[in-house]
Amino acid sequence: MTADASPTPAGKTVGPAPAGPAAHGPWAYTTAVYLRYGVGKLGGAAVSLLAVLVTGFFLFRLIPGDPVKTMTGGRPVSTEQLVAYRKEFGLDLPLWQQFTDYCGEALTGDLGTSYQFRAPVIDKISEALPNTLLLTGTAFVLYTALGIFLGTRAAWRHGRLVDRLHTGLALTLYSVPSFWLGLLLIIVFSVGTGPIPGLFPTGGMESGGEEGFAYVLDVAHHLILPVVTLVAVEYGQTLLVTRSALLDEMGSDYLTTARAKGLRDDLVRRRHAVPNALLPTVTLVFVNLGRTVAGVILVETVFSWPGLGGLFYQALSVPDLPLVQGLFLFFAAAVIIMNTLADLVYPLLDPRVGR
Amino acid sequence: MSTQVHGNGLSGPRRLRSRASRLLAAVGAAALTLSAGLATPLNPAPHRAAAAEGDSVLTVAVAQSVDSLSPFLASRLLSTSIHRLMYEYLTNYDPRDARAIPGLATRWESSPDKLTWTYTIRSDSQWSDGQQATAEDAAWTFNKMMTDEGAATANGSFVTNFKKVTALSPAKLVIELKTPQATMTALDVPIVPKHVWGKVTDFSEFNNDKSFPVVGNGPFVLTDYKPDSYVRLKANKDFWRGTPKFDEMVFRYYKDQDAAVAALRKGEVSFVAGSPSLTPAQAASLESEKDIHVNDAPGRRFYALAINPGAKARNGQKFGDGDPSLLDVRVRHALFMAVDRKAVIDKVFQGHAVQGQGYIPPRFSQYFWKPSASQELAYAPQRAARLLDEAGYRRNNSSGKRLGKDGKPITYRILCHATDPNDKAVGQYLKEWWGRLGIGVTLDCLDNVSDPWLAGTYDLAFDGWSVNPDPDFVLSIHTCAALPATPKDSGATDNFVCDKQYDDLYTRQLSEYDPAKRATIVKQMESRLYDLGYMNVMAYPNAVEAYRTDQIKSIRTMPSDAGNIYGQDGYWSWWSAVPADRTGSSDDAGATGVIVGGVVGAAVLVGAGVFFALRRRSTVDDRE
Repeated sequence: MTADASPTPAGKTVGPAPAGPAAHGPWAYTTAVYLRYGVGKLGGAAVSLLAVLVTGFFLFRLIPGDPVKTMTGGRPVSTEQLVAYRKEFGLDLPLWQQFTDYCGEALTGDLGTSYQFRAPVIDKISEALPNTLLLTGTAFVLYTALGIFLGTRAAWRHGRLVDRLHTGLALTLYSVPSFWLGLLLIIVFSVGTGPIPGLFPTGGMESGGEEGFAYVLDVAHHLILPVVTLVAVEYGQTLLVTRSALLDEMGSDYLTTARAKGLRDDLVRRRHAVPNALLPTVTLVFVNLGRTVAGVILVETVFSWPGLGGLFYQALSVPDLPLVQGLFLFFAAAVIIMNTLADLVYPLLDPRVGR
Repeated sequence: MSTQVHGNGLSGPRRLRSRASRLLAAVGAAALTLSAGLATPLNPAPHRAAAAEGDSVLTVAVAQSVDSLSPFLASRLLSTSIHRLMYEYLTNYDPRDARAIPGLATRWESSPDKLTWTYTIRSDSQWSDGQQATAEDAAWTFNKMMTDEGAATANGSFVTNFKKVTALSPAKLVIELKTPQATMTALDVPIVPKHVWGKVTDFSEFNNDKSFPVVGNGPFVLTDYKPDSYVRLKANKDFWRGTPKFDEMVFRYYKDQDAAVAALRKGEVSFVAGSPSLTPAQAASLESEKDIHVNDAPGRRFYALAINPGAKARNGQKFGDGDPSLLDVRVRHALFMAVDRKAVIDKVFQGHAVQGQGYIPPRFSQYFWKPSASQELAYAPQRAARLLDEAGYRRNNSSGKRLGKDGKPITYRILCHATDPNDKAVGQYLKEWWGRLGIGVTLDCLDNVSDPWLAGTYDLAFDGWSVNPDPDFVLSIHTCAALPATPKDSGATDNFVCDKQYDDLYTRQLSEYDPAKRATIVKQMESRLYDLGYMNVMAYPNAVEAYRTDQIKSIRTMPSDAGNIYGQDGYWSWWSAVPADRTGSSDDAGATGVIVGGVVGAAVLVGAGVFFALRRRSTVDDRE
């Protein structure tokens, strides 16, 4: 394996180690280099966040549609009221003034008030965030574990039936629209078809009216089908990346050495091959982790899960500018933070990175 | 190169392995903690008394989420429907024919100068906390909306013409007007208890969704709400018109209509309201189902083809770029005469609609108007072609296309809603029908049509409004007063119609307090609008909805003979619904589902755990 060929975002920073004597011993040298590397990464993240703040404002001003007109559509509203709305939302101000107000408020942590829900954007986000994290977090843990597990198995038995079966199934599910799969699962396992009884709820996160442990069970019951849908369509990616990374390692001499020492095949794979092949997977894991907060609009929709994805969709269709901007900033920040974390973690995993 | 890192016998990989595994463990633990922590209620539902055993629950699947539970802010149909259940309004609408009938007010009268209305407030309506509902509460509600901009957000338009509102006594409410206003028995404003709402400081941000139960005096009391999940209400045993038959009502949120239909099929919900209607395919599949009734009811919407009459502002400034040929009434009439309304109903709506005639749908029998035989623009493509010839838009001999006054072939741009499959389908038919007349059509299907619409940069547009029992609003949007003040402003106008004759009639009907005489004037307005040819009603789409007959024994539609259930003007459907005798209890089935589902889930988890453990233990020898 060569570091330059590994598809990591940190790949660009991989270069020859700076020459020079390590006057204070190797450890001090490493710490200093790592600090410099880390500060660079954090600086980059801060700049990205600022860029997101600015683009978020202008990007959503390009969405066609007049929020006031959409919100008042279909009900009696006088022209005076329309003007009052515009004033209340600050839409009557010149664009530059709207922009400076928005930036000022965002920097103090105030994301404004949603037009349609008349509630602080922060409140709307914190209301839906736990629901989204519960769904995507659970799915994330499962599909990552499943992807890595099956990916290593498939690579280890490259070309055999197990490999072809897993890779084929993963590819098929990966290309299935999650919406369609979700609906299919609802019809088969919620409503019940033929001999299969309707085991799971058709949607939502809870039945309502439950408390304590019964509530936890109830939520878990509602969680199963959406999580199964998400895992089914998502694990393929991790499987394929893990599999191809491990295939790169398979011919390496150190594995032959390990085998020659008489290690069991299982140990060779787990202790020698997999750890070295994991770097691309780690990248993917962090990218996926960043995405978990953004929710999954389609799966949330088909299972009526009250999460951030659905909130974003509702915000876009008005367009509810403060809510859209707030969510955009939040989603982007999550991805940026996760990518930065990944960058900071690489040198710990592979000392070649960051030198 | 790679061996440099891994080459030192066992120590290299082991070191790396421990690092990697530590990292993985940390990430995994973090993710698990996150998920596990969230599985326990971070924001547990507010404490409520769980439904007692054997309580009848009416569950309604809805597609809309609640915008606000404050009657001063809510504007979505779901929220206002819930407010109908929570609070009384001064007047209500007769479920038979939508005439005004007593609500919180038992009777009302206007002064001879038409400027003072006196309402007698009933003495048998109590708030759910035991206090009496009085004229004080009504006066406070209206005054708040008149003085506090935040409180005027949703229903401010009802009080703009109010001069003064006073409570002469607990039973007498007096409203003084600036100018006569015929809509005084159609004030769709929930009256709230002063002793509760008087404590609210900021009406623009108070959403009435934090402490339960919410004090009200309607047929149901709001007991619980979780955003984008459900709204729960309990029957108000002391409701003056009589206790509802169902003990509890739940509005459950289904974002996807197919999932909602699946829930109905399974019995998880008792009723599915389409948004705005079930699709013909969904209706067809449910019709054959046992214990499900599909209610294909005359709707309250009209579906029209609006024509841009040359956008202009109140200051006289013209803007937009509507095709000038459309200013000729003969062209407008010819276009509509080439629209086969029967085909629209049969092919596009698949029978779930009624052919369009006047502006107001037939379910509002008081105001329904249809053109006389001589006036009617019936489907007659040949006459349409002759009319276009007369108007001077003749076919080009070689291309067969009709030419505009500028000598170029006529092609109309039609604005269509990308989210509405009906628009697209009808658009394709228009291409064909008008193509035969020699007129080209381009469909501009957009997710959000409001930008070109407000700018007047279109020729024709698919248009539709939901009509209220009092037609004032849908009539007002075609008056000159509704035009924007300047091209930069936005007005309440629908499609920039401004006609003096229509305006005069509008003013007259607004000050006509005799319902029959007012209805006559409204019909004259509809006739005028029809002749102008700027609003051509093609269809009145039905409201297609479905409910389970093994959960709901009977339910009242509005109008009673054939009408809709969800989104009525009034609380008639949910207040009147009678639960079916429960033989095979669906609650038990639900509980069994939870248990079976839980067991299956646990089995899968245990199975997965065992599988992993075994795999880990197995060695190369075991497997090969």
